[in-house]
Amino acid sequence: MQPYLRSRINDFAIKLANVNGTGSASANGLLMQAVFRMGLPVSGKNLFPSNIQGLPTWYEIRVNKDGYTARALDYDLMVAMNAQTYARDIREVTSGGYLLYDSSWPLEPSLRRDDVHLLPIPLAQLCNEKFTDSRQRILLKNIAYAGALIAFLNIDMPIVEVLLDERFSGKAALRDLNHQALHIGYEYAREHFPCPLPFHLEPMNENEDKILIDGNTAAALGCLYAGATVAAWYPITPATSLMDAFRDLCSKYRRDPETGSNNFVILQAEDELAAIGMVVGASWNGARAFTSTAGPGISLMNELLGLAYYSEIPAVVFDVQRVGPSTGMPTRTQQADLMECAYASHGDTKHIVLFPANPAECFEFAVKSFDLAERFQTPVIVLSDLDIGMNDWVVPRLTWDDSYRPDRGRVLSKQDLERLPAFYRYTGEDPQHVAARTLPGIHRTGAYVTRGSGHNKFGEYTETPAEYQEVMDRLARKHKAAAAFVPLPKVRSHPEAQFGVITIGGCDPAVEEALDLLEDRGVYAGYMRICGFPFHKTVEEFLYSHDRCFIIEQNRDAQLRSLLTLETCVPKTRLRSILAYSGFPLSARHVIDGILAELESDSAIHR
Amino acid sequence: MPSIAKPVATHPSQQRNKLGLTLRDYEGSMSTLCAGCGHDSITAAIVRALWEVSMAPEMLAKMSGIGCSSKTPAYFVRGAHGFNSAHGRMAAISTGAAAANRDLTYIGISGDGDSLSIGIGHLCHAIRRNVRMVYVIENNGVYGLTKGQFSASANVGSTSKRGEPNQMLPIDPVMLGLSIGATFVARSFSGDKEQLIPILKAALAHRGLALIDVISPCVTFNDHSGSTKSYQYTRKHITKATETDFVPPATEILASISQQDVTAVTLHDGTVLRLKSVPPHYDPKDRATVMAYLSEHESRGEIVTGLLFLDESVPDLHELNKSASTPMTQLPFEKLCPGAAELARFQEAFR
Repeated sequence: MQPYLRSRINDFAIKLANVNGTGSASANGLLMQAVFRMGLPVSGKNLFPSNIQGLPTWYEIRVNKDGYTARALDYDLMVAMNAQTYARDIREVTSGGYLLYDSSWPLEPSLRRDDVHLLPIPLAQLCNEKFTDSRQRILLKNIAYAGALIAFLNIDMPIVEVLLDERFSGKAALRDLNHQALHIGYEYAREHFPCPLPFHLEPMNENEDKILIDGNTAAALGCLYAGATVAAWYPITPATSLMDAFRDLCSKYRRDPETGSNNFVILQAEDELAAIGMVVGASWNGARAFTSTAGPGISLMNELLGLAYYSEIPAVVFDVQRVGPSTGMPTRTQQADLMECAYASHGDTKHIVLFPANPAECFEFAVKSFDLAERFQTPVIVLSDLDIGMNDWVVPRLTWDDSYRPDRGRVLSKQDLERLPAFYRYTGEDPQHVAARTLPGIHRTGAYVTRGSGHNKFGEYTETPAEYQEVMDRLARKHKAAAAFVPLPKVRSHPEAQFGVITIGGCDPAVEEALDLLEDRGVYAGYMRICGFPFHKTVEEFLYSHDRCFIIEQNRDAQLRSLLTLETCVPKTRLRSILAYSGFPLSARHVIDGILAELESDSAIHR
Repeated sequence: MPSIAKPVATHPSQQRNKLGLTLRDYEGSMSTLCAGCGHDSITAAIVRALWEVSMAPEMLAKMSGIGCSSKTPAYFVRGAHGFNSAHGRMAAISTGAAAANRDLTYIGISGDGDSLSIGIGHLCHAIRRNVRMVYVIENNGVYGLTKGQFSASANVGSTSKRGEPNQMLPIDPVMLGLSIGATFVARSFSGDKEQLIPILKAALAHRGLALIDVISPCVTFNDHSGSTKSYQYTRKHITKATETDFVPPATEILASISQQDVTAVTLHDGTVLRLKSVPPHYDPKDRATVMAYLSEHESRGEIVTGLLFLDESVPDLHELNKSASTPMTQLPFEKLCPGAAELARFQEAFR
């Protein structure tokens, strides 16, 4: 048996292999939250199947005192609760690591590894002795292994007890059962194994001003705070929880306490064609409206995104990306909708797209998206992904400025219209090339027919070449002007940079970690994370200030790189791709290996 | 071709409605449809109905998709906003618009291609949601703008202009609406303004989606002897199920139709509709008997017209949603945003 060589405090990763639909999510979430409350930097990645019950599901928890919370690929401890996946789960344990398994049944000798320590606990047997209800036995078995992990990892038991109290407040019987199960595992571990393991937790104080939240909830909160009143959607993984959260928030904050009436309308549409149609209709009328969807929904929404673009109607769309093409892998993460969103719809169309990197930015960019959509009278797509949207992230507490008022853009009031002899929809552009709009129900002078067919600047139907082109040219100028208003790229330049590294969205933690590790090896890079499209001018400046740039993204076809080659003048040859698109969140190792391989091939050429 | 503004000429003798507006004030730009198109007659009926009910132009929203019919909102009420949107999507867009501003009156103009093929899903679901709007299907059995293909409402055996017969069963918007719970279902004929105007007025007062199928012959592609949606065929086969008398709220009931077999229905806003059943004992409030009556007559090739079915008891979209009585578009931001202190409190649950 290999000894566990490193005694690491607050720096390890564990992986829990479960069968989905058995209640493991609750136990795993409990552990994650307990670690968070101990004040430690932590992340949890749920790698789940597109299924309700019976298929393999994994949960990974990484603790890192230095704050690196991207996905780890080496697991110091594997909790193997799924016989279907024992073989591959055991393979993933780091040499000298540990394997906790349910020893109610013997472990197949062929599955043993000499360099892995075994932690056999007869969880099923212990729970069967203690609990009578068969469904409860399955659920509580998970809580029992959580109990064992509390002992093994030195998780603070009083914190877990408080969490149980909070979760089961008003359900004393259930709380009691969970408490018992927790202690079954805890006591067994303490009696049979040396606790804690060489790697374990010590309390820190990193989370005072932090919260543990998923991106979909944070985005919904942003929509609430931005004053969105109409939401339309069609159920789709991984975007569904965004609208679920919005509904919950509205029930809490948008219901008149006296009359019980709702200051919101949520429409579950018949399909995504309708969902975006409802958003366009509501926005046309002047409401802040949005939809949430994933790639397949964006495909369907292309048609009306073009209508909204051409007729200049605001619309906010959240695309929580999953793995494509087609149905793809609905419960896996990817960044492969970039090109589709940037130029959604037929004809010459281009959109404003925002790239949040974590739940805090989902909140911030959600608010921003409504302001931009109304300021520029055009669709804004917020491009999140499954990893950001559905996993819990530790982020700084969200803040709000009470002086915020929505930027409604150029909308003529009744008084404005009373003073006007006549109104023409697409005339009188401002410096951003936006013309004033009117809303129905205000004044008949403002009336016009909104149309997706050819129109001139007066809003009238046209097939006259010059009139058509005049409007299209202004739309192009308007899109360009939006570049100065999208969130600025986050740039960290390095005085000795040998190359530049560019990424978007949820790749951020893995890339940041990789760059630090490379720096330890004497490899220096400038770093830019792009936050919006059209590209702010600093994007092109960054590209030109580095001879080579590595573009790290989670899709096969290097879509961010394509977008950069299309929308900037930088030579294509200076932009290299490092791609990871198999469906799991990016880890620092992908980035380091990718960059080192590129550097090596460059030096081989120069030799 | 660019749109053509219609010269506004008002004759001093022209009658004015309660808002002091003349019929001409409810007109729009010049129609660019073919001369004799049934759709233009429907536009004229809409102009008349809106003028008669004194609809404030700015409180009307004119919705449409794509197709010959969908061009027509430009031809009435120039003082109202219009939305000539995308093929088949009018019902969905109107649903969102109605969700945002419940104070406007929505009139959707669609065609058989727009509503019974590409947009049939949206129509069905707008009916299910009972979106408060007038939904007119200008039904000619043919795709006009693309030059004469059959639509989903073309009858079996009906021939195209080139003589090919249609072999597929038609989708009847009236039966469709009845089968999925529409709360107001009517059918009329573009050539019968007498019947269409009161139906439109009743539809405008209805709380919910008022579906009106209007047979509207296409003079260019579907007004020949082999067509079952021609002027000649329709006139010959029409059967009236009801005659409608529209009594606005707070008006003395002046019955212009005889009292025999009359069903009076009070609408949500107090309007009284008096439906005279032409066949004795036709009950426009009973879905099952209406469907049986229609099936029986349609199997004989008869086109049954009138306000065929009405149910005022079903909640509309906003009642189902328990929406605030103030339109979403007019809610002050202070009512919508819980503020910084609450955000701090709320986040305690994420610790």
